Amino acid sequence: MSNQTILEVENLKVNFDVSSEGDMPWTKAKKLQAVNDISFSLSAGETLGVVGESGCGKSTLARAIVKMVPAESGKVVWLGNDLLGLSHSEARQYRKQIQMIFQDPLASLNPRMNIGEIIAEPLRTHYPKTPESDVKARVRDVMQKVGLLDNLVNRYPHEFSGGQCQRIGIARALILKPKLIICDEPVSALDVSIQAQVVNLLMDLQEEMDLALIFIAHDLSVVKHISTKIMVLYLGNMVELANSNDIYQSPSHPYTQALISAVPIPDPSVEKNKELILIEGDLPSPINPPSGCVFRTRCQKAQDICSQQKPEYKEVATSHSVACHFSD
Amino acid sequence: MSLLEVNNLKVEFKTADGIVNAVNNVNFSIDEGKILAIVGESGSGKSQTVFAMTGLLDHNGSASGSVKFEGEEILNLSNQKLNQIRAEKIAMIFQDPMTSLNPYVRVSEQMTEVLVHHQGVSKSDALKQSISMLDAVRIPDASNRVRMYPHEFSGGMRQRVMIAMSLLCRPKLLIADEPTTALDVTVQAQIMQLLSDLQKEFGMSIILITHDLGVVAGNSDDMLVMYGGKIMEIGKTENIYSASTHPYTQGLMSAVPRLDDSEERLITIPGNPPNMMKAPVGCPFSPRCKFSIDTCSKVSPVLTNVSKNNHLRACHVATEEIL
Repeated sequence: MSNQTILEVENLKVNFDVSSEGDMPWTKAKKLQAVNDISFSLSAGETLGVVGESGCGKSTLARAIVKMVPAESGKVVWLGNDLLGLSHSEARQYRKQIQMIFQDPLASLNPRMNIGEIIAEPLRTHYPKTPESDVKARVRDVMQKVGLLDNLVNRYPHEFSGGQCQRIGIARALILKPKLIICDEPVSALDVSIQAQVVNLLMDLQEEMDLALIFIAHDLSVVKHISTKIMVLYLGNMVELANSNDIYQSPSHPYTQALISAVPIPDPSVEKNKELILIEGDLPSPINPPSGCVFRTRCQKAQDICSQQKPEYKEVATSHSVACHFSD
Repeated sequence: MSLLEVNNLKVEFKTADGIVNAVNNVNFSIDEGKILAIVGESGSGKSQTVFAMTGLLDHNGSASGSVKFEGEEILNLSNQKLNQIRAEKIAMIFQDPMTSLNPYVRVSEQMTEVLVHHQGVSKSDALKQSISMLDAVRIPDASNRVRMYPHEFSGGMRQRVMIAMSLLCRPKLLIADEPTTALDVTVQAQIMQLLSDLQKEFGMSIILITHDLGVVAGNSDDMLVMYGGKIMEIGKTENIYSASTHPYTQGLMSAVPRLDDSEERLITIPGNPPNMMKAPVGCPFSPRCKFSIDTCSKVSPVLTNVSKNNHLRACHVATEEIL
């Protein structure tokens, strides 16, 4: 496994303009801070897990990295080049090195294309001059890699089960031999027994091809299993970033602690004696985020300073940073 | 006597491509004040089992067998009688709270309607009871929020409204069909905590349908594992977790990554769940089972006792070989 840093994200910010009900056409749209000041780096062969509740900006972060949504400010440095400064066509050459896999395996495949066409499409788009025989060979090759029989090449997506569709999605991402795959909730829609197959496949491919992964999911057990480091997001802000074992053994941010305690463990003896940290209330509106620390409205440790000052990222241990005034 | 007894329940669907046997010979019972979890993957027949019990099958489905609630047969009763039972004795909550609430009607009206219609109380009394029930499910500022529309609540709050509505008539049995699947973990923890508090407060029984083995572990007394429309294993939750005796249950347990454990690789169950249009002969799990022997693909195994404490399993292979 090499340690070369391939992706560096610095102070990435994504805002959306939203207009609320009853606004006049000339009313200035409100800003919704979907992703606020996020920085991290990723090396080849590493997996960054991104966790958080729905609406915390996980998917927006992923989309901003590949420029599917425009970023407000910040940098996305891919192998030394800032992608955000490039024009669409200039960014295109780097795009083929970053691929994505999506949550709903069936919805992300075109129902009117057979799977051979689906898997070959990125290749035909980025390398239009590839001879047809090469395309076919490459398609067969990746299908084999993800565990699909190559005689299925003429079938259509509806003929496959959810797990197989996800394999097709993975094959499509792999055909360009990317260096980074962004997986946006790749196993959430799958059954438990199929989920394990897909997780194992991703881990095998990662080792074989020295892939970096950004793995977004709301299932913390799966994220912990696959990730080398984990980022916890809350309302568009990064609250904790650490190696995956550290974050589970010594979570420092009150939100991370609550999140981890909320995950049910499949063992009655553990589960019935577990101390649950319940978070009261609901997620605040991202249009009107709380001042200071965004989590303070639901935090048990919150004090005056939390509403006045936004906490800085502090290193509590090696490569373990937390944004909390009270992290020891 | 058990609160609910299900015997030889079968559910069939007539489709254009033939008959689908969604549920086959399901037997179980639930005692008062207990929580029974039904676990299985999608298509295993867990939802259809309870839909058949409560008369909510699709028009092309038919159920046979026997379902006794408080000693009385309730399977295939007339709609009128079922309506009464569904309102007063058996309540149900579903996965997606938004689609189970009427978006055009205020929560207050949706809730009072239940009481006015079924118990004949006055509208103002019904409103009072609704507010106190919303208080019971811990919706802050219930007296004002009762007048809101469903879209004004968050996902977790909506599920609380659903729970409050289902408890209005003080049912003896609450069926919760994947009540937390659409929710975030932190909200899931709140809702499960709430359900277990309410269960103690009202002394009702709960059938909890889920695919999440973590949720089952912390929130059930008994559990039954379904696969391909059949019961694979049934027993006390602790017993099944500590010593599962069915290859499918074992496979399921080892396929979930655990937060408190760091294994290098997940053990998977090869293959895919069966297509119920052409369900395998014999044991539905046999094509994916590593212990499978000749008999498995010919004869369907029956539920037999593993130990004294009502732990049953349906498998041809000897327990010693599997453990």
